[in-house]
Amino acid sequence: MSIYSHTIDGKVYRFRDLKDLLAKASPARSGDYLAGLAAVDYEERVAAQMALAELPLKTFLSEALIPYESDEVTRLIIDQHDRQAFAAISHLTVGDFRNWLLSDQADEKSLASISTGLTPEMLAAVSKIMRVQDLILVSKKCRVVTGFRSTLGLPGRFSTRLQPNHPADDPAGVSASIVDGLLYGCGDAVIGVNPATDNLHAVMTLIDLLDAIIHKYSIPTQSCVLTHITTSIEAINRGAPLDLVFQSVAGTELANRSFGINLGILQEGLDAARSLQRGSVGTNVMYFETGQGSALSANAHHGVDQQTCEARAYAVARHFSPLLVNSVVGFIGPEYLYDGKQIIRAGLEDHFCGKLLGLPMGCDVCYTNHAEADQNDMDVLLTLLAVAGVNFVMGVPGADDVMLNYQTTSFHDALYVRKTLGLRPAPEFEAWLEQAGIFSGDARILADCQDSLPGLFAYDLKRIAGF
Amino acid sequence: MSDILTVNPWGSLARFTQARIALGRAGTSQPTKPHLDFQFAHARARNAVHHVFDHAGIEAQLSERGFKPLSLNSAAETREIYLQRPDLGRQLSKASLATLSAIPDEDLQRDVALVIVDGLSSLAIEKNALPLFDHLLPQLMQRGLSLAPVSVVRQGRVAVGDQICMALQAKLLIVLIGERPGLSSPDSLGIYLTWNPDATSTNAERNCLSNIRNGGLDFPTAVHKLLYLIEQSFRRQLSGVDLKDETQAIPEKLSHENRSFLLE
Repeated sequence: MSIYSHTIDGKVYRFRDLKDLLAKASPARSGDYLAGLAAVDYEERVAAQMALAELPLKTFLSEALIPYESDEVTRLIIDQHDRQAFAAISHLTVGDFRNWLLSDQADEKSLASISTGLTPEMLAAVSKIMRVQDLILVSKKCRVVTGFRSTLGLPGRFSTRLQPNHPADDPAGVSASIVDGLLYGCGDAVIGVNPATDNLHAVMTLIDLLDAIIHKYSIPTQSCVLTHITTSIEAINRGAPLDLVFQSVAGTELANRSFGINLGILQEGLDAARSLQRGSVGTNVMYFETGQGSALSANAHHGVDQQTCEARAYAVARHFSPLLVNSVVGFIGPEYLYDGKQIIRAGLEDHFCGKLLGLPMGCDVCYTNHAEADQNDMDVLLTLLAVAGVNFVMGVPGADDVMLNYQTTSFHDALYVRKTLGLRPAPEFEAWLEQAGIFSGDARILADCQDSLPGLFAYDLKRIAGF
Repeated sequence: MSDILTVNPWGSLARFTQARIALGRAGTSQPTKPHLDFQFAHARARNAVHHVFDHAGIEAQLSERGFKPLSLNSAAETREIYLQRPDLGRQLSKASLATLSAIPDEDLQRDVALVIVDGLSSLAIEKNALPLFDHLLPQLMQRGLSLAPVSVVRQGRVAVGDQICMALQAKLLIVLIGERPGLSSPDSLGIYLTWNPDATSTNAERNCLSNIRNGGLDFPTAVHKLLYLIEQSFRRQLSGVDLKDETQAIPEKLSHENRSFLLE
């Protein structure tokens, strides 16, 4: 391990090793203080950033933050590293890399060509010396397109996960939120339910429900029940009509073990979902969720700061060609991200690191009631992510998830983004919305449903409710 | 107004869910009323988190019932510290440790240590802890279980009870704690049961009952479930995953036969 140092006006700042340097260069957040890793004061943080800026990118290939021998995520990162793709930037320092990313030399094509040559640690490092506008500008240049029954991530598109959670997994309750979301034009990324229990029978009931609705109304989207991957594999074995396999992933082997997974189990899930061949426009079958602080909360961070751990989770996700990846940025609570300012920055860092690694990044723009955050903070993060080209966000009725007890973005929020930035849903879904009479001709404004329901749902809703 | 606001004609679906569906729209945005309703729900949840815990009130009511409660603090001195340092919320302050070490011998080695903790919603404790206590206590007495001095802890997390239970040398720890407030449940109480806790106890060694409040899990049902866990815990001398696996039948919510109205 090398000692890193930086001298400013005769004062020498020393950093124990590479992970200490990264942690101290990290913009302030409560989780790094909780772990005892953060810079002791403002000056030490910037000194660490200056030292980091002078570090050759190559360093990250020779100095592992978590030993190769003891961590399969490190092994994945090193073994999968593409030296040919890295060659174009191998001479740069972290500071030069920031300049290059911001320069006009870095465009969609060149960023895609270096993607497999980047490691999560390189991206975490450069993100620590980037401002919010840098993170947005560079992310915006990346494009990651994936597909299953809808095509996600195309230029000018902005998608949503319809999240119709219900505290008792009640089919009618889930369906009510699905109708609400679809009639507000949401659900092109996935209709994805967090079940209240991991019980196999309950999960299979929900999988059947979502599949039946998608097929009855010919909706060009995919379903997902966000249960543990082993439950999904068992459901597939029992013949469930499952579209996407979900799993939470983290950036260390130990943290993944606390989730009850490893790379082998993820591969089994991928193989099982692919074997069903249910996609029509693409073969991306995995849905991953991540979040800064997950490794620390599992006491599995190995002294690595939470944002770097998070970036390493994206290397795990990348290996399985996911349809969707989202950082559930504000869910974990104020002991990891204290307030709106920390949540906003973390959301943009995650989007940046994921996109540069080639992931179809979305974000659960969210907060809990014990965080120092509110709807205004979420509006800021949502707007900035939409400008940065985020692939998708969540949509829940009225921003209030009545099962998970937190606040995320609403169907109305998605329409705000589409209206102000001129963004549209996935093309297949957009065509369906128009055909169903939910969107009118310009594909952005809801058809006027004042007196009548869109034809598609009119029969079912009138029958049950006497409309 | 009707030409400004668009009403959603699927409002009757609201009978199937508490989710905020069919809110209508002004343009494509939330109309003023649901917007401000949401703001109020959030304000109430925020107040629940930051509400100053009237621990003296709880202690006075325990005294009225003939108990001499222990008034304790965690190592987190303020709410701000508490929210950012869960590790401090799990430890007792030095003064509180001293209080515990002065407990007379005759109060030690009882069956049950009951610990009341503000957690993330002191509102939940103020509204629900004593009514629950009143349902629980006669049942404990009836079963011949002896009670250690009841503790009331400020700025505490669940695991702060471990230290207390160890100091009191009690067999079973029962923590009543205010849960993280949701928009529709700012006053939800949780109960955590831990058999013979020590400094290394993890959540896998605890059993939890959640969402105890008016409109959630009611007191008699909560106490019924808790007593089952208590009896099993004493019988098998353990708590946590091993206990839960055998007691948790298929939850009622899984046996529903109701179908989606979309698929009938």
